[in-house]
Amino acid sequence: MNSFSKTENTTHVKRSLQLSGLEPLIVTPESNFINVGERTNVAGSKKFLRLIKEENFDEALAIARDQVEGGAQIIDVNMDDGLIDGKEAMVNFLNLIVSEPDISRVPIMIDSSKWEIIEAGLQVVQGKCVVNSISLKEGEEEFLLHAKKIKRYGAAVIVMAFDEVGQADNYQRRIEIAQRSYNLLVNKVNFPPEDIIFDLNIFPVATGMDEHRKNAIDFIEATRWVKANLPFVNVSGGVSNISFSFRGNNTVREAMHSVFLYHAIQAGMNIGIVNPTMLQVYDDIPKDLLEHVEDVMLDRRDDATERLLDFAETVKNNKSEKHKVDLSWREEPLQSRITRALVKGIDTYVLEDIEEARQEADKPIQVIEGHLMMGMNVVGDLFGSGKMFLPQVVKSARVMKKAVAYLLPYIEEEKLKNPPLTEEKSGAGKILMATVKGDVHDIGKNIVSVVLACNNYEIIDLGVMVPPEKIIAEAKEQQVDIIGLSGLITPSLDEMVFLAKEMQRQNFEVPLLIGGATTSKAHTAVKIDAEYQHAVVHVNDASRAVTVVGSLLQKETATQYKTDLKTDYAEFREKFLSRTKKKEYLSIAEARQNKFQIDWKTEDILKPNQLGVQVIEDFQLEKLKDFIDWTPFFRSWDLHGKFPEILEDKVVGKQATSLYADAQEMLSDIILNKKLKAKAVFGLFPANTVEHDDILVQHPDNLKELIRFRTLRQQLKKYKGKPNFALADFIAPKESEIQDYIGCFCVTTGFGTQELATEFEKNLDDYNSIMVKALADRLAEAFAEYLHWQIRTQDWGYAKDENLSNAELIKETYKGIRPAPGYPACPDHLEKLSIWKLLNVEENIGVKLTESLAMWPAASVSGYYFAHPQARYFGLGKIKQDQVEDFAKRKEITYQEAEKWLNPNLA
Amino acid sequence: MSTIKELLSQKILVLDGAMGTMLQRYQFSEEDFQGERFKDWEIPLKGNNDLLSLTQPKAIAEVHQKYFEAGADIVETNTFSGTTIAMADYKMEHLVEELNYESARIAKEVAKKITQQNPDKPRFVAGAMGPTNKTASISPDVNNPGFRAISFNELRLAYKQQALALIKGGVDILLVETVFDTLNAKAALFAIEEIKEEKQIDIPVMLSGTITDASGRTLSGQTAEAFLISVSHIPLLSVGFNCALGAKQLTPHLEILANRTSVGVSAYPNAGLPNAFGEYDETPQEMANQIEEYLQKNLVNIIGGCCGTTPEHIKAIATVAAKYSPRKINALQLIQN
Repeated sequence: MNSFSKTENTTHVKRSLQLSGLEPLIVTPESNFINVGERTNVAGSKKFLRLIKEENFDEALAIARDQVEGGAQIIDVNMDDGLIDGKEAMVNFLNLIVSEPDISRVPIMIDSSKWEIIEAGLQVVQGKCVVNSISLKEGEEEFLLHAKKIKRYGAAVIVMAFDEVGQADNYQRRIEIAQRSYNLLVNKVNFPPEDIIFDLNIFPVATGMDEHRKNAIDFIEATRWVKANLPFVNVSGGVSNISFSFRGNNTVREAMHSVFLYHAIQAGMNIGIVNPTMLQVYDDIPKDLLEHVEDVMLDRRDDATERLLDFAETVKNNKSEKHKVDLSWREEPLQSRITRALVKGIDTYVLEDIEEARQEADKPIQVIEGHLMMGMNVVGDLFGSGKMFLPQVVKSARVMKKAVAYLLPYIEEEKLKNPPLTEEKSGAGKILMATVKGDVHDIGKNIVSVVLACNNYEIIDLGVMVPPEKIIAEAKEQQVDIIGLSGLITPSLDEMVFLAKEMQRQNFEVPLLIGGATTSKAHTAVKIDAEYQHAVVHVNDASRAVTVVGSLLQKETATQYKTDLKTDYAEFREKFLSRTKKKEYLSIAEARQNKFQIDWKTEDILKPNQLGVQVIEDFQLEKLKDFIDWTPFFRSWDLHGKFPEILEDKVVGKQATSLYADAQEMLSDIILNKKLKAKAVFGLFPANTVEHDDILVQHPDNLKELIRFRTLRQQLKKYKGKPNFALADFIAPKESEIQDYIGCFCVTTGFGTQELATEFEKNLDDYNSIMVKALADRLAEAFAEYLHWQIRTQDWGYAKDENLSNAELIKETYKGIRPAPGYPACPDHLEKLSIWKLLNVEENIGVKLTESLAMWPAASVSGYYFAHPQARYFGLGKIKQDQVEDFAKRKEITYQEAEKWLNPNLA
Repeated sequence: MSTIKELLSQKILVLDGAMGTMLQRYQFSEEDFQGERFKDWEIPLKGNNDLLSLTQPKAIAEVHQKYFEAGADIVETNTFSGTTIAMADYKMEHLVEELNYESARIAKEVAKKITQQNPDKPRFVAGAMGPTNKTASISPDVNNPGFRAISFNELRLAYKQQALALIKGGVDILLVETVFDTLNAKAALFAIEEIKEEKQIDIPVMLSGTITDASGRTLSGQTAEAFLISVSHIPLLSVGFNCALGAKQLTPHLEILANRTSVGVSAYPNAGLPNAFGEYDETPQEMANQIEEYLQKNLVNIIGGCCGTTPEHIKAIATVAAKYSPRKINALQLIQN
């Protein structure tokens, strides 16, 4: 079957070389020259060879990434070296490249002289690759066999002008071999001609040898013939060969490359390996140099080589030295410089550039609306498409704020000179952001604010613990376009519901955004959306916030989007409500029957070495450093992955590393200069479980009742053999007549955080403001971990011999648990009041409880200690009304009060 | 009788809907899945839908029959997970040939019966070759991006075995479907090409990828166009998309295929997007209305349904499809195929 003869009927446009990585690369006759990146080639790059030998794949990948970022449209990968296992290296490296979307978006050229390496490479790449290369060197049979396989793997192929006799080194041999190869491929294996790329051998000119004089012109003319006579094929070559004899004289080499390409491209060469930094713009080549080079290239004079050699002496390299900081971007146009400063988060030159922009602009406001917004749009696009990460965006915002701050005085001055006729509404929209009453957590809210601000929205941030009246009043006063509410603790959910009701009552129409760790689409749909007739959206991450707000405020889309939202949430709610009925629950009495049974033995219980309450004032922060669990720190910046592996992560590694470095720097400063204060209070007490679910805490000396902890029990019907847990199950019951013990604690590292954050905010530095809060949170968790360790090994002493690494501590492989009120095992925040009373927390260390029972300062942790080896974490899940009634009775509060606090857990 | 290739340019062909959705209606118990033959199997078999071709063949035949009666021209065999790779979950690797052979046989028998009843409307069977449960170009271990749980050759061999058994069982077409990783699909295509050469046969191949989310990319990260380029080296009866998205969300991606390929274009979307509880609730009429937009835009040659669709959906789709003429296919490509 001759596919070529059939193709004459089809349109030629369709018969163009089409390659793919994650994205397509279509090479049409109209396409510009396709540049192949060549630095990931062990034969061509000593550095790359070294990295592969050392198995330093990260840096090797960085080279590939640089190539793509530098504009390579295909990347050539070659592992042909005697000292490495080429097949293994090819497979490993390609597998890694494939995992890097910013590299693997372009097609890959699998380059080897060994077929087994080529085939191994073809088996790991999903896109349509180019094989580099095959030839008739070993005869027709092997040539056809390989071509057939390449076709079946779905790749294009470079065919070298090489046959059984040798490499083609003149015009005639080039076209003969090309013609023969073409006929074999197209007629014998039905190889699509557009998938053939001829490499017609670029050899050096100006070598001083007569037989090399026509090397350039023969290549160029052979290219012209091939393109004219072999339909649909492509021509490629390694350009730097041409100037081989001028190694060391880059000025001449660059000119030679440009001249060669200029003519070869005109003849039809459309693909090639060119080092873009070794290329002069053809039109910029000085006339005399151009003439000398073209004489050589086109073989115009017998003495062309000598003349060029002489001339070359006069054009010494005048390039600046390597290894300086690359400031070449400072030469670029003003807008690119400003955009770059924003994208890279570099503020070194931004004021200089802004001043330049201000002088050019008619009005200073135009610099914000023009230059800066253009730059921030790029940031927004990159972030939206996952090419920039949150910490970078926050850094961009820092640069933006600095620039705006610089311009403000000029804008004010301008306003005085030319008062605007009407007050213009600035920005894309006004958004009110607040952490609701009783809640103090604001890292997430601040991040969303910064990201939205980057997208030109005006943010009115009311801070934390904002009462609903204030939110309502400010929203009216400022005529905001959207209200965003945030909260981390469960009581905040009800605050949000209340606010939605209030907005409805006062006839608000603006959309309501809901976010924060405990919020969910389910809660938003079922509890909040139902209370407000206008749009309510649950937004769980910063990048989504931008799209949501965009859709809400864009005139063209807003109405439809809001209607869709309403329908979506209503459907969600309906489904949710109809579904929740399906679950089966036990009565609280039945659940108690099925409690977790421990075979109580005295030997499992150790009396603490030190009973009673102890206070730690001003604990040395230095000691906490090694106890920090960094993984959640990165999560708070929307960088997901385990520490320390995240630092090496292919996608976010670079960002994570830089964020980590910044965090370390600040942490050192905090520790060295004692910028935060760590305090703790804890107590260990005799205790027993009474009436199934209550823990009776006794005075260490006289065993008189001090307080009762009321625990909650799982009520969801379990599979056979699985118990319904309550924390009380981990303490020996009174009836066992075994004296047991319990502990509780509160630690804080939050004193000082707010002051530092405010200071940063004053300097327009949200990045560091968020950073200090995130670090304080980590220190508090580390302190809780540290204190638990100290209790286990010393104060209680039941795990004296414990010897765990930091990683094992974070994984909580130790014996005993420290559940915290407000978290899954004991979601009831009211219990914090009992802990506060028992330990006298506020008086001892100053940590307060807000009206929603959030701890202030926010970087605080409180909880219980259970020591029994079988004690474990669990989630309470949903509970039924009977338990709430029982709980209210036990706690001596009204049913309504109990229901309010347990609301999130009500089935 | 017209061949499928001839029919493709004459009318819009209708593919069946979901097998899984229909089987759910039977509410088969563990014992039903086991049947007599596997009653002492060491691991639970409930959920192994492919196995029902052996233990509940009547139900499978019934589902095929219902789809044919609803107007489907082509039904898919009950072999979505019929490779040693996917069957390893149930330790049933050794049954793969039998499963595929029987599934193909059952479907073909029904197809023959229905065709006899109405010879003017010939019915066809497509041997379904699912994506397996492993990806050849994505690491399952985030901390080790260079790792791969499966190799091209393992996939190639598994697919080859499946395809051979399907052909032996009498399928008219091979359907490499729900492609989330193009490299997996390339292994399947490679295997099919080997079979064609070794057996000196020609069997039409349909290929259907999956755009996983609103990003418009496959799970392995390719755009629709890059996906198309990556699978265009093999002669195909049709290329298209199925699953993951509803008919509405699929439209822009189908437009890309329709504009860029000279072979047939297929689509069998889900019954809308899953709601928050993973259920599909687009009604037959809603879905058919959406699909009518494809037809008005002349985007497809083969149309059917994936997750959540039922004979009622297919009936509604077939009714709409009958009103339109198919997307024009480059005649040359047909000869080439």
